[in-house]
Amino acid sequence: MAALLGRSCRRFGFLSSGHGARSVSTETGKSLNLYSAINQALHIALDSDPRSYVFGEDVGFGGVFRCTTGLAERFGKNRVFNTPLCEQGIVGFGIGLAAMGNRAIVEIQFADYIYPAFDQIVNEAAKFRYRSGNQFNCGGLTIRAPYGAVGHGGHYHSQSPEAFFCHVPGIKVVIPRSPREAKGLLLSSIRDPNPVVFFEPKWLYRQAVEEVPEHDYMIPLSEAEVIREGNDITLVGWGAQLTIMEQACLDAEKEGISCELIDLKTLLPWDKETVEASVKKTGRLLISHEAPITGGFGAEISATILERCFLKLEAPVSRVCGLDTPFPLVFEPFYMPTKNKILDAIKSTVNY
Amino acid sequence: MALSRLSSRSNTFLKPAITALHSPIRRHVSTDTSPITIETAVPFTSHLCESPSRSVETSSEEILAFFRDMARMRRMEIAADSLYKAKLIRGFCHLYDGQEALAVGMEAAITKKDAIITSYRDHCTFIGRGGKLVDAFSELMGRKTGCSHGKGGSMHFYKKDASFYGGHGIVGAQIPLGCGLAFAQKYNKDEAVTFTMYGDGAANQGQLFEALNIAALWDLPAILVCENNHYGMGTATWRSAKSPAYFKRGDYVPGLKVDGMDALAVKQACKFAKEHALKNGPIILEMDTYRYHGHSMSDPGSTYRTRDEISGVRQVRDPIERVRKLLLSHDIATEKELKDMEKEIRKEVDDAVAQAKESPVPDSSELFTNMYVKDCGVESFGADRKDLKVTLP
Repeated sequence: MAALLGRSCRRFGFLSSGHGARSVSTETGKSLNLYSAINQALHIALDSDPRSYVFGEDVGFGGVFRCTTGLAERFGKNRVFNTPLCEQGIVGFGIGLAAMGNRAIVEIQFADYIYPAFDQIVNEAAKFRYRSGNQFNCGGLTIRAPYGAVGHGGHYHSQSPEAFFCHVPGIKVVIPRSPREAKGLLLSSIRDPNPVVFFEPKWLYRQAVEEVPEHDYMIPLSEAEVIREGNDITLVGWGAQLTIMEQACLDAEKEGISCELIDLKTLLPWDKETVEASVKKTGRLLISHEAPITGGFGAEISATILERCFLKLEAPVSRVCGLDTPFPLVFEPFYMPTKNKILDAIKSTVNY
Repeated sequence: MALSRLSSRSNTFLKPAITALHSPIRRHVSTDTSPITIETAVPFTSHLCESPSRSVETSSEEILAFFRDMARMRRMEIAADSLYKAKLIRGFCHLYDGQEALAVGMEAAITKKDAIITSYRDHCTFIGRGGKLVDAFSELMGRKTGCSHGKGGSMHFYKKDASFYGGHGIVGAQIPLGCGLAFAQKYNKDEAVTFTMYGDGAANQGQLFEALNIAALWDLPAILVCENNHYGMGTATWRSAKSPAYFKRGDYVPGLKVDGMDALAVKQACKFAKEHALKNGPIILEMDTYRYHGHSMSDPGSTYRTRDEISGVRQVRDPIERVRKLLLSHDIATEKELKDMEKEIRKEVDDAVAQAKESPVPDSSELFTNMYVKDCGVESFGADRKDLKVTLP
């Protein structure tokens, strides 16, 4: 079903959805990579709602990652258009459009460039409904941005800023792990009546290939999925990192450690119940993400699980994350939370 | 009439200020500093200020230096292109070939006390500020001997002793920074200015207007240089800006539009701007220039503009060819001399590349250095976070 690409030569092969009990569907479809799946989702979104618009830098010709290919040709330049180089302006403009009842699907070219728009997202988008007493809202806003390491991205094409946004009540943060998940989650995000920040793992744009059903389908937000069942330790992650974690799980299995792997999918609001149930079963938790460890979202998961499962924990919660440095240039292999780091942490947690 | 080459440099008997007329006596290459006045091909257009004169004071030595420096920069960029394709340079690489006149003309008008800050297309600006080729190539390949010790890469070249404040990846972020540098210069009574460079894409960033307002309010010696190469990555200026007259976008800030492919015009404009900024506060210089390569090495550069356009500019407006014609028409050097110079430069660049290839990558301990002053006791972990722990001093 899924194509495991370049496992030995590149960083990872690819993890498909459909392992665990609660996977979306085992329907077959066309074999698509991540950017094509997202492209399909956008086509469906624009088709199904005439008041939805896609805009951002360079989206007209298809975008730098080809996620918006064919949209301008099909839906016209009044619905799919380029903006000048001004992230703050783009998001602010999107909030306004959404406040008038439209679906504004904004693209920020790289998540590293989202910071000029941070004020608009945090102070305007997240608080609009709240401060107007529900008279107005910008629920139709969806902000898409490619995030994450890509092997050679350096300081400004590799960042994972999800933790900043998880700290803002009023918006949702969604991160898919694969093409099939991405299509369903993006359609849910677009149709969700709250502003959503949707981070797409850029390394998987071409690397990940999976069978994606061609029809319109949505995957529910705020529902985590157990993609691999196990008994000894729970691993929680999202996005591209899951593939690395799965490889670590396979290696751990050879050493007799049974790992349960959970894809959080939605980081804000996150599915605490699923993770709690899993940790109550296994007694151990390991969280892994590319973003730097201090203040990363793993800290929130750790604190919450500690509150809920303290007496069931056999070992301290382990976090295997990016180091506390700016995303480096030549040092990327040292910075990243690699399979071996995760495997080491699994073993030391289990042997605590 | 003796057209023999004079081997001595003293030509004092025949030292007129030569305009575009031919001199029958061939001057000795490169050492003559007697003034020549050249008219710029394109007039300046101004906004809220007087245009500088089209007659530029220069000398044979200077024009020859222009040629040499631009040829060196051009060769460096082309070498970087091959290194990138050979995967010795990884990550991002934004090349400046076509725009060399800007780097070179600006340097001719200013000193190393004046600060320059620019975007990610910074290789040639670094060389213009006195950076060495081997430092540039080492940094590009991420080696220890690079100008930023291998930690910055293509987009982050810096040179403190030449007041070159770099090399910035985020579009437009360097503009308020540059105005801050100018503020410090004014505060310290340095009698120096800051050239803050940005592109036509960055011209639509809000922070530019914030910085302009502050610079104008406080009369800062800031010169904002818009390098208008007509394409913000793949977007042409007419598609992204309501008013592509970037020199007028300062509104209450005076501006000048300059032919950025003419090193002498650039020199004149920068000289004028420096005098203006020291007396009257900020000014915008829009440099009309062009880049031959795409936005970066991942951009072929031909999907949003025709190959005819690129080759047209190369034929008619190339900055190096322009200077070559000037040198030939003023008998400052012969074709052969210039070709020999180019060969030397080629060798110089090749040697620098070879030397850079030999240098080592930074130690892995460098991953943690220079985040804070003396790294502030930051704890750093090994793979499993339990065994290997190191506190940085």
